[in-house]
Amino acid sequence: MNTSIVADNAAISVFVICFVATIVLGSTVRLWRPLLNRRKAAARHTEGEEWGLGGREFGAWVTWFLVGGDFYTAYTVIAVPALVYSTGGFGFFALPYTIIVYPFIFAVMPRLWTIARDGGHATAADIVRARFGSRTLELAVALSGLVAVLPYIALQLIGIRTVIEALGFTGMLPLLIAFISLAAYTWLGGLHAPALTAFIKDVMIYIAVLAAVIIVPIHLGGYGAMFHSATGHLPDVPDGHIVAQGQVVPYATLALSSAFAAFLYPHTLTGILAARSADTIRQNAVFLPAYTIVLGLIALLGLMAHAAGIVTTSSSQVVPQLFLAIFPSWFAGFCFAAIAVGALVPASVMAIGAANLIMHNILPHRSESVTGSRLAGFGVKVGALGCVIFLNAKFAIDLQLLGGVIILQTFPALIMGLLPLRLPAPALVAGWVIGSVAGLGLCWIDGLKPVHPVAFAGFSASVSTGLLALGINIAVTLTLGAVIRLALGASPSTLRPGSIRR
Amino acid sequence: MKKAIFLLLPFAGLLWVPLYNRHDPVLFGFPFFYWYQFAWVPVTSALIWMAWKMDRQS
Repeated sequence: MNTSIVADNAAISVFVICFVATIVLGSTVRLWRPLLNRRKAAARHTEGEEWGLGGREFGAWVTWFLVGGDFYTAYTVIAVPALVYSTGGFGFFALPYTIIVYPFIFAVMPRLWTIARDGGHATAADIVRARFGSRTLELAVALSGLVAVLPYIALQLIGIRTVIEALGFTGMLPLLIAFISLAAYTWLGGLHAPALTAFIKDVMIYIAVLAAVIIVPIHLGGYGAMFHSATGHLPDVPDGHIVAQGQVVPYATLALSSAFAAFLYPHTLTGILAARSADTIRQNAVFLPAYTIVLGLIALLGLMAHAAGIVTTSSSQVVPQLFLAIFPSWFAGFCFAAIAVGALVPASVMAIGAANLIMHNILPHRSESVTGSRLAGFGVKVGALGCVIFLNAKFAIDLQLLGGVIILQTFPALIMGLLPLRLPAPALVAGWVIGSVAGLGLCWIDGLKPVHPVAFAGFSASVSTGLLALGINIAVTLTLGAVIRLALGASPSTLRPGSIRR
Repeated sequence: MKKAIFLLLPFAGLLWVPLYNRHDPVLFGFPFFYWYQFAWVPVTSALIWMAWKMDRQS
């Protein structure tokens, strides 16, 4: 029952008003922002640093909204419940993932921020170039970031398209609207647009999710009844377990690899590097988990959809269909606007992060031109649009999985580079190449699944492919590093990090 | 040292899945699997906060 419920005019009007208002606010941020903080009106930064990194002056609150806004994307709101809808408790691995990521951020990111501030770096590749003095490694890290973030932007466009389609529009129009709104918003506002509209997105998502987690159980007779009813629609798991035995190791390893990968992406790192101080980041590691509670509630929407009798084969329609089924149509329109704005904010930060990579690290001559950055950001969005048009949505999700495997391979250079290990750049490049090839190869063999079966010393389980590839990468890096150090034993000074080439 | 333990506890508590992969005991209608993981959110915040305080003291 309840399949393909159609929205009415009330839903469409509320959606249009909320969505357009946010885009206008974000695009005109340069006009109204000086009104908020007149004392800081004097420009202390180049226009490029202003557009691409918000002038590196975001305090605790803005950072909280910005990092939360671009880490918890609209795709999360659509895809996590979709996964829970189709797999039950297994899809819940997003919760441990978004918890353990914070101790990691607390331990690592303040150090990275300090290095970036001292060296004036805006991207991961900047940091790596300065640390290891290697143009090859810089290119490797920059290309990994670009390739990984492109399908991620594509998924945000798909997120906007999904809700516009749920409003009853068909054909190319929804995608066109999604693309034009994103382009205008980022071109005009720079990083200030998502930073200052992220709070609108959050408030809207909070309202939508809180309404859902309060109203749905009331309809269904409480959470106990909801869980019971949902269990009836899912594959049976024996012995009172929630996750089947064979899925325990995938659950844990996917959570761990996602947590390691999460803040290597250009967009999440941009949010971190735009903070005002290292302590702003530590403070945010304490308070950002508040978003994780909301994420967990969003994941529960997948179970609620079962309990509410939603039957759909297109799992990305689970949440829109649930909202249309349980809410009055004007409020469903509001929730759809929340999802669309929730896609705009991260997609815009992603485009800016990717533009920073192109302008700083990929082009042969470093450029600070803001028009250049805008054009690069626009190019990235056209690339993402191409992903959506020429590849189907299922493939975009697979690409995002491959993106996770690829971005994890920058972990040794960026994160292990913080340790006093003296890793030689050639060893890191070799580890990156072998890790990336192995990871993509395994994904290809497994038919684009995120886990790969491993048997070792009588123990056999499926392990996250990204984590496996990272293991290979680290092993190669450390072994080659030791060999190179032995070979050059007499002249260790050639390996000293920190020589900045340009 | 104590700081490192604070920061590693959430990893131990959440990545050892057999620890919480069961239905009972149920709390407010939530199976153990779900409320246990939700409970780790405020616990992790508190642990990071304590690590932060220790940083500032030293």
